[in-house]
Amino acid sequence: METITVNPAYKLELSSSPHIHSRWSTKHAMWFVVLALIPALISAVLFFGPYQLLIVLTSVVFCAGTEFAIKKFRKKKITVDDGSAVITGILLGLILPPNFSLSAAAIGAVFSIAIGKEIFGGLGYNIFNPALAGRAFLQAAFPVAMTTWAKPNFAVDSVTSATPLAAYKFDKVFAEIQPMFLGNIGGSIGETSAIAILIGGIFLIAIGIVNYRIPIAMILGVLIFGGIFWVIDPAKYPNPLFQLFAGGFLFGTFFMATDWVTSPLTSKGMYIFGFGIAFIIVLIRIFGGLPEGVMYAILIMNSVVPIINRYTRPTIFGEAK
Amino acid sequence: MSKQKSNWYEFYKGIWEINPTFKQILGTCPTLAVTVSVMNGIAMALATTFVLVFSSLFISLVRKFIPNQVRIAAYIVIIAAFVTIADLVMKAKFPELSKALGPFVPLIVVNCIILGRAEAFASKNSPWKSVLDALGNGAGFLLALLIMGSIRELLGSRTILGYQILPNGFEPLVVMILPAGAFLTFGLLMGFSNFYLERKKRIEQQELIAKFRKPEVKVEVKGMEA
Repeated sequence: METITVNPAYKLELSSSPHIHSRWSTKHAMWFVVLALIPALISAVLFFGPYQLLIVLTSVVFCAGTEFAIKKFRKKKITVDDGSAVITGILLGLILPPNFSLSAAAIGAVFSIAIGKEIFGGLGYNIFNPALAGRAFLQAAFPVAMTTWAKPNFAVDSVTSATPLAAYKFDKVFAEIQPMFLGNIGGSIGETSAIAILIGGIFLIAIGIVNYRIPIAMILGVLIFGGIFWVIDPAKYPNPLFQLFAGGFLFGTFFMATDWVTSPLTSKGMYIFGFGIAFIIVLIRIFGGLPEGVMYAILIMNSVVPIINRYTRPTIFGEAK
Repeated sequence: MSKQKSNWYEFYKGIWEINPTFKQILGTCPTLAVTVSVMNGIAMALATTFVLVFSSLFISLVRKFIPNQVRIAAYIVIIAAFVTIADLVMKAKFPELSKALGPFVPLIVVNCIILGRAEAFASKNSPWKSVLDALGNGAGFLLALLIMGSIRELLGSRTILGYQILPNGFEPLVVMILPAGAFLTFGLLMGFSNFYLERKKRIEQQELIAKFRKPEVKVEVKGMEA
């Protein structure tokens, strides 16, 4: 046997840059996102009853379980404790309609993790936001159940049992802004209350987990594109504030579009990404066959993120143009 | 060719080793479009196999008389003749199936499996081997469509061949009989078949390496524990 002796003082550790260590890890960030989702969970219980927590719980359990099973099957390190599967579970639960069937929620959760994430190689490799992929699958699999909206607890009239966007699309009725801001409207479990989502979203931006550029670009984009239509014909098109507070827009803005993995890396790219989503949302809402387009808009823009990254690459310092 | 391949090999290679759907990725258009139900899949595969066998036979018979420059046109004429036979027979005998398959029976003319086998095999081999190759590829296509059709019909409408398998409590996943479900099923099946093939290859490679490996020289590094 050959023996090489190395002096411990010359021990060299090799790793690629960056070399500055942060006390933040993926794990920390993920659990802060969970914290930021608590206001939305509270609003869900408040407006639609405690059964909604059961939907979210089912979704979380099946997401984490699927991730565990797939990692085990592929003999990879079990990474359930990094919280990303838990977040996908909570997000998926919050964008399902109230009183949704638990078994269907479980199917959606399994799809989210298995097809939306793990098939691409796990966290960091997925092209599409897993929770939205799961919801898109459920939308195609159970079209009726996915568009059956429960009446919120404090509803004053029966009109509110349809979502404001559906009311606009099919009956040409404009909803009032104030109940939409509080969340006293029909809609998915966690996305009706604008105020609860804003609290969570601004908390995430303030502690630096979510970059402010994508939300700013999306909100400005919807106000601008929605505003153009409103200026053209206020009687026919809803005002831009309605566009802002309706449906899953704010929830998608703060929790879906800003997903680290599926959004662009560069500042310029983030603005392009945000404006692109806003543009597609307004197009779908006004001209599309469906009342709501946030999910499809984000998924479509997810698919072009690699192109955005490629064409917005910053110039390297010292590089000649 | 250094190794003489047996007739049996020419047949069974088409079922798995070069399965037209999962390995050659040919004929995906009918695969995705008609596998809404098992019955459609079987009908499509049988029609394709019929055309494949007879066109391979005839192309192989006339392979020495076709000038190289016009071979594709000649193949298409032969294939089109058999597709017309298949189409007319189906319309006369099984009008419902013919209606369900829609334009996909006439479209067998441009099915890549048939042209692919004609170009890659029938134009270079004897008629007997060409027929075996065509039968094997047809069987592989049938297998693929059967698997796809079963999965999609079972999940999308709870039935297989029209018989209800899953209980009424199971809500059918409408997505499975939509195009999106076809792509999902196809992608997953292809992924799994590649996964197992790669693993088999890797294990074979490792066994080969282990066989020829020299005894290892162990290098111990001291002083790294600190």
